Amino acid sequence: MRTLGRVQRKLAGSIWVNNIPLEHHTPLELASKISIVLTEPIASKNLTVRELIALGRQPYTNWLGTLSPDDASKIKNAIAMVGLEALQYKKCYELSDGQLQKVMIARALAQDTSLILLDEPTTHLDLYHKVHILKLLKSIAHETGKTILFTTHEIDMAIQLCDKMVLLDQKGNTFGTPGELIQQKHFEGLFPPDTIRFDPDTASFKVNK
Amino acid sequence: MSTSKTYRSSFLVLTLVLLGCLGLNVSLGSVSIPLKDTFNAIVGGKVSQDSWSYIIWNYRMPKAFTTILVGSGLSLSGLLMQTLFRNPLAGPFVLGISSGASLGAALLIMGSSLLSGLFSFGIVSDVSLAIAASIGSFLVLLAVTIVASRIKDTMALLIIGLMFGSITAAIVSVLSYFTDATKLQQFVYWSFGSVGNLSWQQLLLLAIIIIIGLLLSILSMKPLNALLLGENYARSLGVNIKKSRLIIIIATGLLAGGITAFAGPIAFIGLAVPHLTRQIFDTTDHRVLIPAVLIYGAILLLLCDILAQLPTSAYILPINAITSIIGAPVVIWLLVRKKKMIF
Repeated sequence: MRTLGRVQRKLAGSIWVNNIPLEHHTPLELASKISIVLTEPIASKNLTVRELIALGRQPYTNWLGTLSPDDASKIKNAIAMVGLEALQYKKCYELSDGQLQKVMIARALAQDTSLILLDEPTTHLDLYHKVHILKLLKSIAHETGKTILFTTHEIDMAIQLCDKMVLLDQKGNTFGTPGELIQQKHFEGLFPPDTIRFDPDTASFKVNK
Repeated sequence: MSTSKTYRSSFLVLTLVLLGCLGLNVSLGSVSIPLKDTFNAIVGGKVSQDSWSYIIWNYRMPKAFTTILVGSGLSLSGLLMQTLFRNPLAGPFVLGISSGASLGAALLIMGSSLLSGLFSFGIVSDVSLAIAASIGSFLVLLAVTIVASRIKDTMALLIIGLMFGSITAAIVSVLSYFTDATKLQQFVYWSFGSVGNLSWQQLLLLAIIIIIGLLLSILSMKPLNALLLGENYARSLGVNIKKSRLIIIIATGLLAGGITAFAGPIAFIGLAVPHLTRQIFDTTDHRVLIPAVLIYGAILLLLCDILAQLPTSAYILPINAITSIIGAPVVIWLLVRKKKMIF
């Protein structure tokens, strides 16, 4: 995920974006195609929520970073879609982890790219906020038609909420809808069967007691 | 939006305060000149005594303008460093940039006596001093940048800055031990920091250096704002990190190095002014912060200089002492009040 987002160099293989290798794109070209949400904290928590989201418009603004009316409306839409109206003038250090994650998602939305990459967007969050963030991502994907690609360890929730999944199981890394993957019994061998088994009827994992 | 209006009025007030401080700074000094005569001398009117006009034009005005340039430039370099190194405690003094300049100056002034067989010049000229100090500060800045790209820990960066300071102090003390009294005195005076020894020509040179630094900073405003998110996010927003970082470093080096070369190491202005500015302008946007720190830095150093020249007395305190006495408690107060400093 970090390699796709151009944060880390690739070890092997090749990545193509719109039929052009990733490394042949300039940062500015990629900025209007791919936006990212990383696990690392932002450098300055003194930014207000709105300032932070507005930074998502940088690929489209002039050399001074002046926001056009179009930029302002994109920012407003992003704030509304993630439901941050009440928090938009708060400073980032005043927010909880879950709220901050939503702000970062809104920033990626404001960047207005067809692809949004998120690296483990639900870590450090409690169960409610995990579900909340993932449902939010699902609704964004369905409403805007953007592709949202994220990595997660929350396999139970991913089965319930994702349209398509790639199982990184080192056994072929199967890609398909959760239903197809269940039918093809790909979840069964994912964990040692003496500890966790997969229950196809409820589409969830059970701990062996 | 209403915020831009608020900024405008804040800027107006600050500019008026700056003009007030400039007037006060020029009118006060070891010779007391009435305000009316000061004003007349500046606008070219009739002055009661000819010597007053001479004092104001050849001594006080260059000093006041040097103070403005030094205060503004140091504050701007501090702001750039804080954003670039993601570190609220960064500043030209803390990161050892000023120490590098001191080392350059010390080697030039006192090293020459050790190598008297090779170089046989007496008191070192101001221009060569400026060049030596600039080279010293650039080298330290370069070293800090290399370390910063390898070490993510922001505290380590500060400790490395301190270590540079210690190395400098050690070399300087060795040099002092072997050097003769005149040269030692010249170095000690330089290290006190001074805004009063520049001629109009030197002032012009300093102004050019600072304007170049300022232009580079203005060009970097958008990348600087993106860097508030961290380098990876900035890159994802289309910022050419390598190029932007180089421009910001050159700007910082020119500002901090050039100023330290001409005015000596002046502590705390670079560190404290960006924080004080953020107290007034509640924003992180460099488009507001850059002009704000320029004005704020000028005001603060003008005030420090007014204190340093001890109005109506013939003594002038080293300005470095005043900035430290004011600056250090400000930093402590910010740390205590806000628990952790943010930028």
